[in-house]
Amino acid sequence: MKKRVSINPITRLEGHGKIEIFLNDDGSVANAYLQVPELRGFEQFCVGRPAEEMPVITNRICGVCPEAHHMASTKALDRLFGVDPPGAAKKLRELFYSAFYVTDHTTHFYALGGPDFIVGPDAPPAERNILGVVRKVGLDIGKEVIDCRARNHHIIRMLGGREIHPAAGVPGGWSKSLSESERIQIEAAARKNIEFALFSLQIFDKLVWNNGAFRELVTGGTFLHRTYYMGTVDGENRLNFYDGRIRVVDPDGREFLQYDAADYSSHIAERVEPWSYLKFPFLRKPGWKGFVDGAGSGVYCATPLARLNVSDRLATPLAQEHFEKFCEAFGTKAAGGRRAPVHHRMATHWARLIELLYAAERMLELATDPEITSPDVRTIPREVTGVGIGAVEAPRGTLIHHYVTDAKGILQKVNLIVGTTNNHAAISMSIRKAAEELIRRGQMVEETVLNRIEMAFRLYDPCLSCATHALPGTMPLIVNFCDPAGDVVRSFRRDG
Amino acid sequence: MPEKPKLSVYWASSCGGCEIAVVNLHEKLLEVDRNFDFVFCPCLLDTKVADVEAMADGSIAVTFFNGAIRTAENEEMARLLRRKSRLLIAFGACSVAGSIPALSNLHSRESHLRTNFLDSPALDNPDGVVPQTRTLVPEGALELPAFFDTVKTLAQVVDVDYFVPGCPPEPHQIWNIVAAVIEGKPLPAQGGRLGAGPSSVCVECSRKKEDKTVGRFYRTWELIPDASRCLLEQGLLCMGMATSQGCGALCPAVNMPCTGCYGPPEGVRDQGAKMISALGSVLDIGPYKGMTEAELVAKTDAVLDSLPDLAGGFYRYSMAGSALRRSR
Repeated sequence: MKKRVSINPITRLEGHGKIEIFLNDDGSVANAYLQVPELRGFEQFCVGRPAEEMPVITNRICGVCPEAHHMASTKALDRLFGVDPPGAAKKLRELFYSAFYVTDHTTHFYALGGPDFIVGPDAPPAERNILGVVRKVGLDIGKEVIDCRARNHHIIRMLGGREIHPAAGVPGGWSKSLSESERIQIEAAARKNIEFALFSLQIFDKLVWNNGAFRELVTGGTFLHRTYYMGTVDGENRLNFYDGRIRVVDPDGREFLQYDAADYSSHIAERVEPWSYLKFPFLRKPGWKGFVDGAGSGVYCATPLARLNVSDRLATPLAQEHFEKFCEAFGTKAAGGRRAPVHHRMATHWARLIELLYAAERMLELATDPEITSPDVRTIPREVTGVGIGAVEAPRGTLIHHYVTDAKGILQKVNLIVGTTNNHAAISMSIRKAAEELIRRGQMVEETVLNRIEMAFRLYDPCLSCATHALPGTMPLIVNFCDPAGDVVRSFRRDG
Repeated sequence: MPEKPKLSVYWASSCGGCEIAVVNLHEKLLEVDRNFDFVFCPCLLDTKVADVEAMADGSIAVTFFNGAIRTAENEEMARLLRRKSRLLIAFGACSVAGSIPALSNLHSRESHLRTNFLDSPALDNPDGVVPQTRTLVPEGALELPAFFDTVKTLAQVVDVDYFVPGCPPEPHQIWNIVAAVIEGKPLPAQGGRLGAGPSSVCVECSRKKEDKTVGRFYRTWELIPDASRCLLEQGLLCMGMATSQGCGALCPAVNMPCTGCYGPPEGVRDQGAKMISALGSVLDIGPYKGMTEAELVAKTDAVLDSLPDLAGGFYRYSMAGSALRRSR
């Protein structure tokens, strides 16, 4: 039996996960596995429910991104009931969704992934959290973060009915229209959001990009993978969170696929491994070649970084400016008419902040759109087609809801491919590579090495409660060093 | 300066929405920080279970425990936090009554595995691989925990001092509870509810009731309701009459029926039974005198057809805590 290191659970993410690392006799890494030990089973227990209830049932998959499930579900219902919502309803949905993106990306940067950079990857565990961030950047800035979340949750409630688990999505539209006084509030909030996003990009620039050690983490080889990338784009191949076609580019940046979400199962297949409750989607055309990089492997990635990699440009001016700066910083060159992707996975943190800015700018555009206060926000469906597939870009990747019903719209089959699941193979590879590089360097006994291995998944902002439609919860992180007979020779524990 | 009372927030089988509801105290979080020593909250802090284990029994003043009990690990954490906490509060619909995850109790564990891994549209699984609790890989053995067949409430596993309903509990209600503890106000009798109220959602709803009856129900996609009238009286299955007040009637405010997330009103054990009795006052199937029994049954069935999912509608948030608990 080989030596083995267990990291159980991985922390500062949503949901259950554990990492098993097997070591060779010489101490190098033989293999590493990301295991997801939970299954909640929405696909099964939603069977028998009326389809129109899905926006308020599936938002309970995740309390962090209920808006994403609510929206993908609502869009699936548009197709299931064969109905096209009025223009104002589509704009209201995207407005609501933009406010959600602002608050979700803010939460990740300041509370989940960001503390590793803002406080530092080697800081004491007790400091590596949002309170440590506030101590580092100051109470005034901490209040800015709190204010940003508060004003956007206020808008989420105004538009969707509730701050968490919204209720306004209906097939054919949105259950509530927007008044002029509400619109004015949203416009003001959007302007503040743009300032906040620019300020967050400055923090990244100052604390990460202009810090030699952190820049090395972002630009070095430990967190680099050359895979396919997936994201949703509009008709001009620009990033869009709410709607568009799904675009996949190859590791050189060439367009590989572009398709309507309804055709997802022609392009994506899901693999089952007996050692994880979470499936592994891959691109059918290259096929499953294992946990490997390159154009020959069907592994892909769907994250903020992936979305920038598939976009020719961004639709809003300030975000486009920062996108160009980002490309320039990594010196990505054109190939086959398109620039090459950025493969440095730690750059995902930067990409996320550029998306934060885009969401804020898009929110302002929509809040000042003359149609946004139209009372015409619902079209009543006249049929049940029996099949509905809807997709959005969730903050953590392309999210697909697929429903099959009987003639009365009662669910018979449900399939959900959620943001994080897309990245399951890619996350596994990142963890393995980080383990190989960091453990080979002989630093394995340090708690901070474990944290740096965890940074390999944290950059993806994984939500395993979404991915398994399972139940978040945390178990102690235990690292056992075993002798070749499997007996524990030394044990470290970092709980909760 | 005297030591601040210790506060903890833990998630078992939940979605994380209860944590976000706590974070949505927004600026009042700083107030919480001033008054409590926030010792344990895996979502926000890196504090360790080992640290909790090392604390003296009863040394945590208040634990807000959210999530249902689905795995042995959930149950162990419930027992640990019960031991360490002077007040253990079942926080949110999952820990109070099972909520959405407990819809799982209408299905078997086997059906979940089959649907996820053997019978799904995009699956590429020619060998019929299903996750196993123990798998041999070239480097060694990998293990996964089995999950329980039945989702349980917190009180079905340990003694609970108070219950806070809601999916999730509304931040202003959370603040009321926290503020009462800070100010040392007397709490209601042990075993009672906090952060809700004695009556139903209807008392918080601004829609007009006209004591009208309906002959059938409509699905939410079938009609655009009048913005000022009671949704139930317009034929939408609004759970307000069978649901505890506490949220402020948020869903009806955006023209959507209450789905019952605050659970049954105070003193009512079974939300579905309460709803059935409420329907008795609003349903009018029309003239029935002189009908044969068969005609009566046909007429009643037609009305019930407009209510296609009684179990999933009436018990959406309370299956594990209801008289039904699970199917079969």
